Amino acid sequence: MTQHKRPMSPHLQVYKPQLTSVLSIIHRGTGVGLAVGTLFITWWLVAAASGPGPYEATREFYGSWFGQLVLFGFSVCLFYHLCNGVRHLFWDAGWMLEIEDVYRSGWVMLCASVVLTFIAWFIGLSL
Amino acid sequence: MSLESPLGRVRGLGTAKEGTGHFWHQRLTAIALVPLTFLFVIIMFVFFGADHARAVALMGNPLVATVMLLFLLTGFYHMKLGMQVVIEDYISHEGAKIALLLCVTLGTVALATASVFALLKLALGS
Repeated sequence: MTQHKRPMSPHLQVYKPQLTSVLSIIHRGTGVGLAVGTLFITWWLVAAASGPGPYEATREFYGSWFGQLVLFGFSVCLFYHLCNGVRHLFWDAGWMLEIEDVYRSGWVMLCASVVLTFIAWFIGLSL
Repeated sequence: MSLESPLGRVRGLGTAKEGTGHFWHQRLTAIALVPLTFLFVIIMFVFFGADHARAVALMGNPLVATVMLLFLLTGFYHMKLGMQVVIEDYISHEGAKIALLLCVTLGTVALATASVFALLKLALGS
């Protein structure tokens, strides 16, 4: 059988990154990040239920620089996935599907997630 | 009259009768998680710096425990649906795909059970 050299669909490596595709990839990435984050939430809850000793260990961890980094990463993933998730729900309802709307909502969503993360850490650090 | 092809009938692989179930459940949990996420973040602020006695007392508040339960159960289900799609999209090797899907499903149930049990133990008093 003769092999035809058919055109291939563009691979990520050779395809110019665009806001639409990059935001979509980050949405999946943050989703996986949140899945990893559930390990930390579960650990915290189980430790609290186990008694003061294990609970203090979680407080010590979340107070350390690495623990703070984990919390920061989790908060970034949470707010990004939340804001872009709302954007997805709008699309599912059939709204804002024109390409300029997709770009505009992308930037709005990005700003909203940065602002929400900033507000959360402002409140968290002033408590 | 059956619309099944003869080959399809021999294989016995018909529709799974689930249709848009996965899609719809993911959207349903997403909608629920919008307010629940904000409430979860607020509750995390309340827990900020709490020692063990205070954390136990806070979890004893029915409102806090209810919101946490809703957030965890909805979140874990949403997570299972999402991770399933990621694995199905990117893992082409059939064996590895099934193994990972098993890990995600069983792991989610294990994590959800552990966190819900811990939460109920705290909320209802040990």
